[in-house]
Amino acid sequence: MAEMNDPNAARKTWMSLLAKSDAGVLADIWAKANILPDFRFLRAPEIGGVMVRGRAGAVGAAFNLGEMTVTRCSVTLGSGAVGHAYVQGRDKKKAEIAAQVDALMQTDLAAQVEATVLAPLRNIAETAKQARAAKAAATKVDFFTMVRGED
Amino acid sequence: MYVAVKGGEKAIDNAHAWLAEERRGDTSVAELSVAQIREQLALAVNRVMAEGSLYDPDLAALAIKQSRGDLIEAIFLIRAYRTTLPRFGGSESVDTEKMACDRRVSATFKDAPGGQVLGPTFDYTHRLLDFKLAADGEAPQVQTADTPTGETPHIMSFLDRENLIQDEPAGPETPDDLTRAPLELPASRALRLQSLTRGDEGFILGMAYSTQRGYARNHAFVAELRIGAVPVEMDIPELGFAVDIGEVTLTECETVNQFQGSKTEPPQFTRGYGLVFGMTERKAISMALVDRALRWKELGEDNVGAPAQDEEFVLYHADNIQATGFLEHIKLPHYVDFQSELELIRKLRREAQAMQEAAE
Repeated sequence: MAEMNDPNAARKTWMSLLAKSDAGVLADIWAKANILPDFRFLRAPEIGGVMVRGRAGAVGAAFNLGEMTVTRCSVTLGSGAVGHAYVQGRDKKKAEIAAQVDALMQTDLAAQVEATVLAPLRNIAETAKQARAAKAAATKVDFFTMVRGED
Repeated sequence: MYVAVKGGEKAIDNAHAWLAEERRGDTSVAELSVAQIREQLALAVNRVMAEGSLYDPDLAALAIKQSRGDLIEAIFLIRAYRTTLPRFGGSESVDTEKMACDRRVSATFKDAPGGQVLGPTFDYTHRLLDFKLAADGEAPQVQTADTPTGETPHIMSFLDRENLIQDEPAGPETPDDLTRAPLELPASRALRLQSLTRGDEGFILGMAYSTQRGYARNHAFVAELRIGAVPVEMDIPELGFAVDIGEVTLTECETVNQFQGSKTEPPQFTRGYGLVFGMTERKAISMALVDRALRWKELGEDNVGAPAQDEEFVLYHADNIQATGFLEHIKLPHYVDFQSELELIRKLRREAQAMQEAAE
């Protein structure tokens, strides 16, 4: 319930989708969408690391598992909208596009960006996830017990 | 003692050029691309990410190519690269309950909710060389089935409901980090787990095996082993809320260990934990067994003097980059050191000879 009332829920969702997308796929979709906003960098794309944490026994004390590569970027549009990106990997173009999309989603162009960028991206992610889950499901063991002849 | 000696530059340059040529191998054989390594040697890539302690499959694949397949050398390259990255922050703790499981098995409960999902496993193969792989490279057709709905709960939560399993104590939200401060003993469980997850697979496996053979035996069952992707969430300082910044594939192993009770604890099941980057199940199981052995003090068990109970021994020898750095440095020039050793032996020889002559 808390998540549904979260005022940032929509933004979280699109930022998360962009962060996890494949850099090449995102670049293709972005090029096809042909939206060329006027923007400038508040922070040029920068590559860094984030320490990923886990929990002892999955539920206990936090511990450091190891780092992952992340690229971040911030832009501002001519309209003043500010977009941020923290995306997995070392692709600067990916971070730049993600920051632009984040900014555009706060403008009148939101519906167009949703339809031409986020929806296809979501579709690809969902299809890939489903395909993997379906393969895993086929390897699920169906136990049956043999009747033992004890009479 | 080290004394700078000049004169090696040309030989070194030529040696490195030859290394590059040998790396390429016979040029009539097609060159291996980084993408081929990433896709087709994925388990090597996973090991390099886990022990290099940096999740980035492309970089790990590049490191494997550069190191000619020497995985410890590749891990070294990744560790060196890692130190050049600015740290943007730490993630929220990953929620493995929400894992999209490729594989999930339990050795303790046959009918666990969510079921036994084998995934792409080597288990039950006959370990016979498949000569078809040398002939063609076609991808076989894979079966699919309807995907189940609902989450895959941790098996441990069922035992927890009956209160039969030891509680996992909470800890600070920002855990100790051995990449930021030297490892000091006694180490917190957080530091032990961090050092085990990036430790050498062979070393951790050997330590885990020693507990199975009787050195601090801890009767481990694999309550659950799961492999799959989990989102990584981080608080974005510019926004003041957390978003997913990516997704990592992890292997998680939870062991349940028979425990008769001690001076401080009632009879119950205790737990060991393994969590490792990538599809790395041998490592995750090993990590869980060693984690459990190292917990003897907090569970009030006896120290039976087993190597796997010895935190200093395990943690100070698990890191293959530290180990190989110190080990391999002895092949580098030690001419002056050795000259003084030579002088010393000659002197002792002369003295011994003089004493013998005097006695005669």
